[in-house]
Amino acid sequence: MRDVAVIGIGMNKWGELWDKSLRDIFTEAALKAIDDGGVDHIDSMYIGNMSSGLFVGQEHLASLLSDYLGQGPIPATRIESACCSGGAAFRSAFIDVASGMNDIVLAGGVEKMNDIGGDGATFALATAADQEYEVYHGVTFPGLYAMMARAHMERYGTTRKQLAEVAVKNHENGSKNPLAQFPFKTTVEGVINSPMVADPLTLMDCSPITDGAAAVILCPADMVKDYKNHPAVKIIGSGHATDTIALSTRDDLTYLKATEIAGQKALKMAGKRLSDIDLCEVHDCFTIAEIIVLESLGFFERGKAAAATEAGETRIGGKIPINTSGGLKSKGHPVGATGIAQIYEIVNQLRGGAGERQVKGAKVGMAQNMGGSGGSTLVHILEVM
Amino acid sequence: MFPARYWREIPQRYRLEANKCKKCGYIGFPPRLVCPKCGGREFEPIKLKSEGKLLTYTIIRVPPSGFKDQTPYAIGIVELDDGAKIMAQLVDVNLEDIKTGDKYHIEFRKVQSDGHSGILAYGYKFVPVR
Repeated sequence: MRDVAVIGIGMNKWGELWDKSLRDIFTEAALKAIDDGGVDHIDSMYIGNMSSGLFVGQEHLASLLSDYLGQGPIPATRIESACCSGGAAFRSAFIDVASGMNDIVLAGGVEKMNDIGGDGATFALATAADQEYEVYHGVTFPGLYAMMARAHMERYGTTRKQLAEVAVKNHENGSKNPLAQFPFKTTVEGVINSPMVADPLTLMDCSPITDGAAAVILCPADMVKDYKNHPAVKIIGSGHATDTIALSTRDDLTYLKATEIAGQKALKMAGKRLSDIDLCEVHDCFTIAEIIVLESLGFFERGKAAAATEAGETRIGGKIPINTSGGLKSKGHPVGATGIAQIYEIVNQLRGGAGERQVKGAKVGMAQNMGGSGGSTLVHILEVM
Repeated sequence: MFPARYWREIPQRYRLEANKCKKCGYIGFPPRLVCPKCGGREFEPIKLKSEGKLLTYTIIRVPPSGFKDQTPYAIGIVELDDGAKIMAQLVDVNLEDIKTGDKYHIEFRKVQSDGHSGILAYGYKFVPVR
């Protein structure tokens, strides 16, 4: 296997992009990544996208996007793994370059979620849960995570206020990210008093519906000398694991087994320990998700991540800065693009380009991207070269 | 909802038909061809127990389409007396009285209706054991 580096990153402001089509928001982000990397062509590309068929009625996406990017006839493949489609596309691009099959490879992610309206988006997102044995009974994604939240609160004494602290911290970080969909700050009271969606989770515990895209360019590490726009960042670890998509059949409702396994695999491949990680982007689709992910990755003992969050240990400047980008909560969550946007943030931080939210001296970063209620997880570790 | 799919799932929704791994006892609901715990492929058909205790729940206040007339409603995961864990709505109970650990039993109810002329979808719901 060859060593692989990320040499280009691209992303635009996320939000409700009513005047732009899916193909345009992807192409804009991809062109930024191509220009940022200083490459004049790409050899292949992988597109993370959960459900363009349901969201905008368009399948056969990878060919459409390679055409609009002016890169036809390169091989282009769409990758789907619910909300970690982006992370899975990044891993596929990594494997493509590492194997020696291709040199300059684009990993992108895109989702256009607003066009279809709230009911349509709820239906499309729910296809990531078990249709026949969960969704049939009227559960929603906030409902699934609410059940995990209640189980965690009852077992470990996690409080309503501690959950709110996740949203407060991520909006604080997001307020410093010019690309974030909701770059405002909030308070514990603001989170707790927002409308109830699925008890105990309120609207402000939930990540939003977002239109957005992101893209990165990968190449063999021994080719980075040809592309000197920025410090290159090496992909040193990649872990991928799956679990049941039905929440009810899991052994433990307060833990994410696939996240633990993917994290361990990535660390082993990288030859690193958690104490070597300078910052981490995690999949905070709901406030409780960030708490359980931090415990499943091992940054905190089981039942301890909520108190650590309340104590400020996950803020920029704390023990381990989590979601410096604002996370899914503030930056937005165009489901197929999220995993690539996490890589964008980590590379930006390791280059020292994150401005007001820069983690000083960051050398090694981790990104954890998750599908559904935890039925799939990708973990990547990157290090500045 | 597609009629063929609804029809195909009737054995589980109406009669709780499951299967049990002959090697390790794992209960598949819906019935499985391969045991996810031990890899066994030999199963015997069983019917799920109809009583169990509530592990966790939520109250849905922003529903998917098809459930708007029922909102707010409770939905939870119950561990049945045979160890199988299944998700369904909690009904015939005041929302503020629901507590984890309480005993529930399964009753056959209407789950959702597909508009005025579509399928009336039935299945199991949890009712408190009093």
